[in-house]
Amino acid sequence: MLNKNIFLSTVVGAALLSAPSFAAKMHPETGEKLADDQTFTYRLLDEHSSVDPQIVEDVSGSEVVRNLFEGLYNQDNYGNLVPGVALSHEVSADKQTYTFKLRQDAKWSDGKPVTAGDFVFAWQRASDPKTASPYAWYVELMSLENAKAIIDGEKTPSELGVKAIDDHTLEVKLSVPLPYFPLMTTHSTTFPSPKWAIDAHGADWTKPGNIVSNGAYVLSEHKPQEQAVLVRNENYWDNANTIIDKVVTLVINDENVALTRYKAGELDRTEVPAGQYPSLKEQYPDQAIAFPRLCNYYYTFNLSDSGPEFFKDVRVRKALAYSLDRNVITERVLQGGQFPAYTFTPAVTAGFEVPGVEYAGLSQKERDAKAMELMAEAGYSKDNPLKFNLVYNTSEGHKKIAIAMTQMWKQKLGVEVTMNNMEWKTFLNERGNQNFELARGAWCGDYNEASTFLDLLTTASGYNDGKYSNAEVDQLMADAKTADNAQPNYTRVEEIVAGEMPVIPIYHYTNVYMMDANLKNWPVENAEQNWYAKNLYKVAD
Amino acid sequence: MLGYIFRRLAISIPTLLVLIVLSFVLMHAAPGGPFTSERPLPPEVLANIEAKYGLDKPLIAQIFNYIGGIVTSFDFGPSFKYKDRSVNDIIASGFPITLTYGFLSFIVAFVVGCALGVAAALKKNSWLDYFAVGISIGAQVLPNFVMAPILVIIFTLWLGWLPGGGWNNGHWANIIMPVIALSTSYMASIARLTRSSMLEVMNTNFIRTAQAKGLPAHVIVRKHALKPALLPVISYLGPTFVAMITGSVIVDVYFSTGGIGQAYVNSALTRDYAVMMGITILIGALTILFNLVVDILYAWIDPKIRY
Repeated sequence: MLNKNIFLSTVVGAALLSAPSFAAKMHPETGEKLADDQTFTYRLLDEHSSVDPQIVEDVSGSEVVRNLFEGLYNQDNYGNLVPGVALSHEVSADKQTYTFKLRQDAKWSDGKPVTAGDFVFAWQRASDPKTASPYAWYVELMSLENAKAIIDGEKTPSELGVKAIDDHTLEVKLSVPLPYFPLMTTHSTTFPSPKWAIDAHGADWTKPGNIVSNGAYVLSEHKPQEQAVLVRNENYWDNANTIIDKVVTLVINDENVALTRYKAGELDRTEVPAGQYPSLKEQYPDQAIAFPRLCNYYYTFNLSDSGPEFFKDVRVRKALAYSLDRNVITERVLQGGQFPAYTFTPAVTAGFEVPGVEYAGLSQKERDAKAMELMAEAGYSKDNPLKFNLVYNTSEGHKKIAIAMTQMWKQKLGVEVTMNNMEWKTFLNERGNQNFELARGAWCGDYNEASTFLDLLTTASGYNDGKYSNAEVDQLMADAKTADNAQPNYTRVEEIVAGEMPVIPIYHYTNVYMMDANLKNWPVENAEQNWYAKNLYKVAD
Repeated sequence: MLGYIFRRLAISIPTLLVLIVLSFVLMHAAPGGPFTSERPLPPEVLANIEAKYGLDKPLIAQIFNYIGGIVTSFDFGPSFKYKDRSVNDIIASGFPITLTYGFLSFIVAFVVGCALGVAAALKKNSWLDYFAVGISIGAQVLPNFVMAPILVIIFTLWLGWLPGGGWNNGHWANIIMPVIALSTSYMASIARLTRSSMLEVMNTNFIRTAQAKGLPAHVIVRKHALKPALLPVISYLGPTFVAMITGSVIVDVYFSTGGIGQAYVNSALTRDYAVMMGITILIGALTILFNLVVDILYAWIDPKIRY
């Protein structure tokens, strides 16, 4: 064992010494000539909420955390699990106990070894009411034993179903079998955290200088609302194979300003403002890119008691859904390669086969004819038009879509729609309290599996603002949790949804970026967009 | 005079208290809260968070706790959104930035505005007058949210002289565009105010007397005309100064300076109560202070005013 350790440290040491010379070298696998400056600079829409793995709640913050910390598993360019701190795991016969084997060479940026105890501490911390983590619900979602009781304050965090058997063996006990549990360990809430640093600095432990992290990078500088700088963690186990030296995030609120600064060469990556993709693609064919994203965009009917009577008529709901020409919305309004949606779950979702729901197979002309028929059956006509309110949160993009939708409805069905927009928090409040008739909605998957979308349509879901309730859907989704193959359940749910139309799916998102042509290995095929700066590299001009 | 200053400062305390209570109540009356989000938190999770920040207590208790924290330990509370930082952290990092570009913009607006105004008034109906009036009207009608992106396109994209944004510890190259964008419309207002008030003063009897005495023009302007002509300008400068040093959302958004203007607006949108309160109090206190400064300046410039 001793010999092996000496051997290992020699190898790692040699690799460390050779690491800086990467800059003037070739890529070890592809042989491309690497750029001298390996700094990756990208735009953040807004300042990240935190870099504390158990506290962070926004997407951009999670991206920073994913570069600073490393969990049990990482994702490869296609979203498949690859070893992070864990090398492998075993599942018990009842599928409720997972035992993870952790790598011996994982180290924190201060040189301490990463142990199973660091994960136990982090997971208990996430569930502890004292931490008051906004992502405590994720621990519940993972079905860790006793999670809910701990969050409720009925049990202590030490009773959470996670245990360090030894420094490099982590045992997790679940309250129900959860086939996709390992997939959930790539989420930032599950990353380990350094107890000694948190004890020493309290809430200030995430500040540069105090922070200790176990990922490929450490936080070296943070100027709030301006920028954060991440530099290489020399103690990271895979530092020798990491090429990007520095990651810089620039907070730029306005996307047009960000685009200008991208064009001035200050950024390697930024988002493309809606509607500008076609012209940018023509001007910069190797830099403007669009690829699928794990998010949907829909409108939800208020089916609760406070909702209008006319929406309780399925014919009205179907007529409205059928008569929307989604191609006009994706090709004329959005123009960023988005996909017209006829199912709630995006096609890009891993393991999800898009079911051939009936109305998707019709031509728009047929759908329109059917819509007019349904509307007439429901008793509405141009002389007796359906009138309702539509609400969305204030944004140019949402407004354009809402205008297109209302115009289509007016022309085809004679429906008169009043559009209302509300500031974000007011909108959430009104929608959450069922003070609406038809409201905009969008959802991005928490993990890459269809249930992250379809669970929204179950009666018990806290996110089901339209209050749709169908016992069969509830049962199918409950069964899907433990089924070896859940696809038939998902297919059936999508068919029921297409038949009852509690929501109108409109489109599935794409990421539309301007990205430096020299920046390589961006995981465009990872639908969750869990990207790791350590896997990127820049080639020389 | 000293007694007057003390009285004014003493009145400012109840004024601030009223400001605090009013903003606190109004803010809590807005729909939604800091933890309302697209994915509503399960009630047990929300309860833990609200307990941590004391939001589970009745509003009146929250106000007392808040004011208590400020009075006893100058603690303005934690940010609900940026959980790694307190309100004091946010103001401490953002306010110096805002103060720097705001103060520089103020100097530019004041000096250039006054110079243009005086020059235009003295050479009334000459090319100089038309030029100055033209510039000030142009600057007035070009709002800074139009000006800012135009500056970036010209100086960053076309000429490549200046960085398109960021603060970079207050490097001069990062300051130039924010200062131009922020100062122009104020400069225009100051120029027009100065011009009209200077014209008025130049037509008064005491100036005519001075001219009749044969005093040289520059002495008349410097010694006799400038002070009274600046009186209306000074009453404009007080609130303007506060507005400029407490930041501009436009400047912060377009130049990513990291100032508190953007933080202020964001805090309102995200219902980050503590941050919003902190900046409101800062702006309130500065407004009270600089209104006092203006009144003192008045007494110093205008011998007719005595406190």
